[in-house]
Amino acid sequence: MKDPETPSEEALDFEETIAATVATSAAATSTTLEVAAANPLRDPRDKRLPRVAGPCVLVLFGVTGDLAKRKLLPAIYDLGNRGLLPPGFSLVGFARRDWKDQDFAQVTHDAVKAHARTPFREEVWKQLREGIHFVPGEFSDDGAFDALAMALKEIDETRGTGGNYAFYLSVPPKFFPVVVEQLKRTGVSQAPPGSWRRVVIEKPFGHDLKSAHELNEITTSAFPESSIFRIDHYLGKETVQNILALRFANNLYEPIWNRGYVDHVQITMAEDIGIGGRAGYYDGIGAARDVIQNHLLQLLALVAMEDPTSFDASALRREKEKVLKAVQLPSDLALNTARGQYDAGWQGGEKVVGYLQEDGISPDSTTETYAAIKLEIANRRWAGVPFYLRTGKRLGRRVTEVAVVFQRAPHLPFSKDDTEILGQNALVIRVQPDEGITVRFGSKVPGTAMEVRDVSMDFAYGESFLESSPEAYERLLLDVMIGDPPLFPHQREVELSWKILDPIEEFWATQGQPEGYPAGSWGPPSADAMMGDGRAWRRL
Amino acid sequence: MTTFMLTDTTAGKISAQLMQLRHQMGAPAIGMVLTLIVVCEERDQYDSLRAASEAAREHPSRIIVVINRESDEANRLDAELRIGESTPGEVVVLRLYGELTEHADSVVSPLLLPDTPVVAWWPGLAPEVLSKDPVGMLAQRRISDARGSRDGGVESLVTRAKGYAPGDTDLSWARLTPWRSLLAAAFDQPTGKVRKGTVEASPGNPSAPLLAAWLSERLGAPIKVADSNGPGLTAVRLTTADGMLAVCRSDARLATLSRPGQPDRNVALARRQTAELLSEELRRLDSDEIYGAAVKRLARSYKS
Repeated sequence: MKDPETPSEEALDFEETIAATVATSAAATSTTLEVAAANPLRDPRDKRLPRVAGPCVLVLFGVTGDLAKRKLLPAIYDLGNRGLLPPGFSLVGFARRDWKDQDFAQVTHDAVKAHARTPFREEVWKQLREGIHFVPGEFSDDGAFDALAMALKEIDETRGTGGNYAFYLSVPPKFFPVVVEQLKRTGVSQAPPGSWRRVVIEKPFGHDLKSAHELNEITTSAFPESSIFRIDHYLGKETVQNILALRFANNLYEPIWNRGYVDHVQITMAEDIGIGGRAGYYDGIGAARDVIQNHLLQLLALVAMEDPTSFDASALRREKEKVLKAVQLPSDLALNTARGQYDAGWQGGEKVVGYLQEDGISPDSTTETYAAIKLEIANRRWAGVPFYLRTGKRLGRRVTEVAVVFQRAPHLPFSKDDTEILGQNALVIRVQPDEGITVRFGSKVPGTAMEVRDVSMDFAYGESFLESSPEAYERLLLDVMIGDPPLFPHQREVELSWKILDPIEEFWATQGQPEGYPAGSWGPPSADAMMGDGRAWRRL
Repeated sequence: MTTFMLTDTTAGKISAQLMQLRHQMGAPAIGMVLTLIVVCEERDQYDSLRAASEAAREHPSRIIVVINRESDEANRLDAELRIGESTPGEVVVLRLYGELTEHADSVVSPLLLPDTPVVAWWPGLAPEVLSKDPVGMLAQRRISDARGSRDGGVESLVTRAKGYAPGDTDLSWARLTPWRSLLAAAFDQPTGKVRKGTVEASPGNPSAPLLAAWLSERLGAPIKVADSNGPGLTAVRLTTADGMLAVCRSDARLATLSRPGQPDRNVALARRQTAELLSEELRRLDSDEIYGAAVKRLARSYKS
């Protein structure tokens, strides 16, 4: 801990040593981990003090996008409202708009008013407003990025942000190369000693293994892997983090969390909406690349992985990688996968058009809007236990869940009639909406006969918990600014996921038109056919 | 909201009635995470209960309000049960008469939720030693509020320090969290050795000496308390080897952080409602050793 520049002749007591170490490096304005560790006001036992990010600038590319308005800007305000933004925190918007700082501030203000989770407070807004800047320009315009670099330098002086910048690329992936190149050219991707530069990228991380690899080449040419934060907003959700708590903080589930007791696992992400205005992005990508590759395989990894030695990023990622490596595809892809495309129909009382009739979709598009696959995990814990993953648009309702379905009791000491309607026990982690956990088990129906039927026991985070539980983006943005990576997938995980999905996509590409399913239903018939062995999708 | 009154009753009857009300509402199993006992006087009842119900939105709980009425009347227990659609959890308001006022624990203990944490809160006057109080003994977390005491808050913190047991905390400490958080964030950057400092606040504010005690405990420097026009805490000024580091707040909402060689910056630092303070207390139920050290230091340096 002792700084080499500390005069060694000074005989100081412990407290003073710390203060002196801090003082010698006081010339620099940056925050280093050592300084934070030597902070006399912090104490691991002082749990009231929240983790607050150090002074920094968040540069947001794509501020006019939907995500920025609905999620990112409100999340930044909510962080401020919870006292988690550092003094001097600055937000720089970059977009192709003829805006001044105050125009961007107005956009932010409107977004915060409309979508923030916490109440609007004038003083919090005032703090945020002081740090809002806007740089207009195109991604190909060298002048605009020179202006950005200058603006950042100026902010360091006027706001004391110490050269710490996070670049959030909320832009379509086709712009990544040019933006990253510009950041490299202007030198803002290079952190001087004692400060940090980080880049945040959103899915999709490529559309197959090759493109994911190329994308990574581009990003790593300017930023080291440790500075790249890949956002999978599912991992910021409280319920998803709770999977880890459920599995590794309890002794109740571990003994049955294996092939000895688990019959199969179903991971579902169903949406009731169509593709909306995302035609340009969605067509040619499809449900599997959009959802299975990232969200569902990450959920699978969290449910199936072994216990990590600790919750730091490397230990957690190592376990996730191990289990993703052990994933095996079924030998007959025709039999064990399903893909569909929604037709016109009725969805929740509304008449809706089919995928091929949506604006901007070519009438002969073969893009799937429903995808289901069966995977196995070749390790001691899971061998022979199928993991069924499904996702789709225009399904019956919006729900995301992980259901661990257990085997039937080996022997039932009841008559066959009494247990006729008894299903399999299940533990369901409801990710959204209505976050919580459901346990399904058999119970006696009150009365004189011994009739056993399925009942559900619910743990709900509930509406009350919900209003105070932070949005996924709040948690993830804070983690980026603090530099805490466990909740962000590593490039190796991204590539492993593509290795799982690529053969399926290649097979599907040879199969022509996906099977149709009526909007508002639960997918094409082939999805039910692929289950087999007396198993069925849960009715959601 | 369903309200049900029981007069001249017992804990057993209250329990049975609660269960019946819950079944009538069609919600027999709500995931309540703790029992919060609020011991207060009749005149504090409304505000305290409101704060507790608000905190229960984050921590669904059974709230038991204990109000001691006339001790020279005949022994009697009156209860008011509330189960709401708008608020999670349940509220039981108990009014105790006669000798029963000395034995509140006998009513409260059978009403506690089994096998979940119990928190006791005294919004107004609190017993001298929280952990030796019959109701306090039922709880693993005991919350007092120096500002609610009549004898001037600072003396009551000295009393708290004398009777301190792990699990005690005071809302005047929770009021300091935003200040402490901001100061700690300021020290995340290199800062010279602190030589001395002052905490400024409206006269008699119990949080001010507590903040000064914490700062001098952690920084190893003398920190004085000075009076200001308020409201509440108005400034912390620390003289460091590099110059003055100060946090000033004059409007109870927005503070200015100034440090040597850097521009002044505004930070939102609003005073918080009781409900928010209580929510913070309920978030972690283990003992707060940092508070213990600060309040003991305050008692050592306090000269009456």
